[in-house]
Amino acid sequence: MLVLIGILFIIAGFVLRFNPLLVIMASALATGLAAGLDIAAIIAAFGKAFNDTRYVSIIWIVLPVIGLLEAYGLQQHARTLIGRMKGATLGRLLTGYLLLRQGMAAIGLTSVAGHAQTVRPLVAPMAEAAAEAANPALTDDQREEVKAHAAATDNIGLFFGEDIFLAIGSILLMKGVLEGYGYQIEPLHFSLWAIPTAIAAFLIHGFRLRRLDRRMAAKTEAAA
Amino acid sequence: MITLGFVYVLAGLTFALFALLGAMDRSNPKRLGNAAFWGLLALSMLGGGYLGDFGNGLLVLALVAIAGTGQIGRAPSGDITADVQAERAAKHGPFLLFVALIIPAAALAGTFLFKWLPGLADPKQATLISLALGVLIALAVGMARLKPPLLLPAQQGRRLLDSVGWAAILPQMLASLGAVFALAGVGEVVGDLIGTAIPQGSLFGAVLAFALGMALFTMVMGNAFAAFPVMLAAVGMPLLIKQYGGDPAVVAAIGMLAGFCGTLMTPMAANFNLVPAALLELKNPYGVIKAQIGTALPLLAVNIVFIWIFAF
Repeated sequence: MLVLIGILFIIAGFVLRFNPLLVIMASALATGLAAGLDIAAIIAAFGKAFNDTRYVSIIWIVLPVIGLLEAYGLQQHARTLIGRMKGATLGRLLTGYLLLRQGMAAIGLTSVAGHAQTVRPLVAPMAEAAAEAANPALTDDQREEVKAHAAATDNIGLFFGEDIFLAIGSILLMKGVLEGYGYQIEPLHFSLWAIPTAIAAFLIHGFRLRRLDRRMAAKTEAAA
Repeated sequence: MITLGFVYVLAGLTFALFALLGAMDRSNPKRLGNAAFWGLLALSMLGGGYLGDFGNGLLVLALVAIAGTGQIGRAPSGDITADVQAERAAKHGPFLLFVALIIPAAALAGTFLFKWLPGLADPKQATLISLALGVLIALAVGMARLKPPLLLPAQQGRRLLDSVGWAAILPQMLASLGAVFALAGVGEVVGDLIGTAIPQGSLFGAVLAFALGMALFTMVMGNAFAAFPVMLAAVGMPLLIKQYGGDPAVVAAIGMLAGFCGTLMTPMAANFNLVPAALLELKNPYGVIKAQIGTALPLLAVNIVFIWIFAF
């Protein structure tokens, strides 16, 4: 039971808004000590895991390219493009991106799009421009909401597409764990059972994007 | 053969350059903190394999000390004005879009190419390696046509990374915390707790406990992968599969997706939820989570019903 102290640290730390890096380190130390490890062993275990997971942080190598393109006006161009497309509403744009992201993830192409590669330079400015086209008096809070939805759509498309792909990590994990209990299951079965949820995710999020679109546009009429 | 090691060297050199440029940016009062932070990250990428476990641990402690005492921050401005950007966009727009699409296109093409032509690159890391190659190609193409000052991409990249700040390593830190939790046996304890909290004799109650447990434990750990073995051992295997005869493929597949609903609602899944908020410069660090809850909760309910219908 005592090892759960680390979870308490994390929850309290996030609620009280301490620096998350400090909170994580404190949680690791508390958990390790509660489990009877000495401090040097905890630091070594944390260091080993940090080194093993460096691939998580390599995405930042895209920033010089994004920085270069943004300095020359990529975000403005993305906005102009949306301005030129007649039927490109916020809802349609993000729903289209959702479908694209789910489809790509379903064939295993998870790292092709993402927050650094596509959302910040393209999807978010396009979404903002589409919302602005429908409502020129868009407030800062509305802008925030639109951008947050661009990122949310990327996550939802990724999460509820990737499990349809046979060789994704989570499917291999499920197969491995069930094998440990003596069940031999083909990866295809897990993939197929991810499809109903993928469809439900598309319908639910697509519906919410329609409502977001209407909410952003409705305030125009009120303002006008 | 190209391996992940090549990508680490590339990342290490990028961070080293960010550190150097950061140290020279006199407009930033916290320039030395920034330089030390990105410099240590460069060291980790370039030499992490030689530091040893304890050495890497000390490196992490130093990173935490720098960030935790508020020693990193971004320079006040220096951004190129919107007018200049708009003028340049009018001139180079389509080309910029083309270069932006090189990175995903290269990731896509490389993923297939390296699988068809084994021996060129480590097939397990094909996408990450292709992504890195795509960055190099995009940079070369962009530089050749736009002819910016040589250091402009690195300067602008550094500004972007400075605006993300310490959140840039949050995902890696949380993944490492997960490893310490695993070592301490946190999962087993949580599994036992949930296992004892289920009402006996109710199939729907057991399905509910399994799916909610997946979502909640994923929220705590920030990762459904960590929750899955624990919840399967505590509820999925003994009750849903063994006692009620549920289809193991359905229980596992949809249970995992119930966990993903939890991922959408937790700051612990920093790379999906907090990092984009920083990258998009949102005022509310939890803005992305707020946007996701409205999808995550109904979808979790749908998953509970799906397990109940499809597995039995």
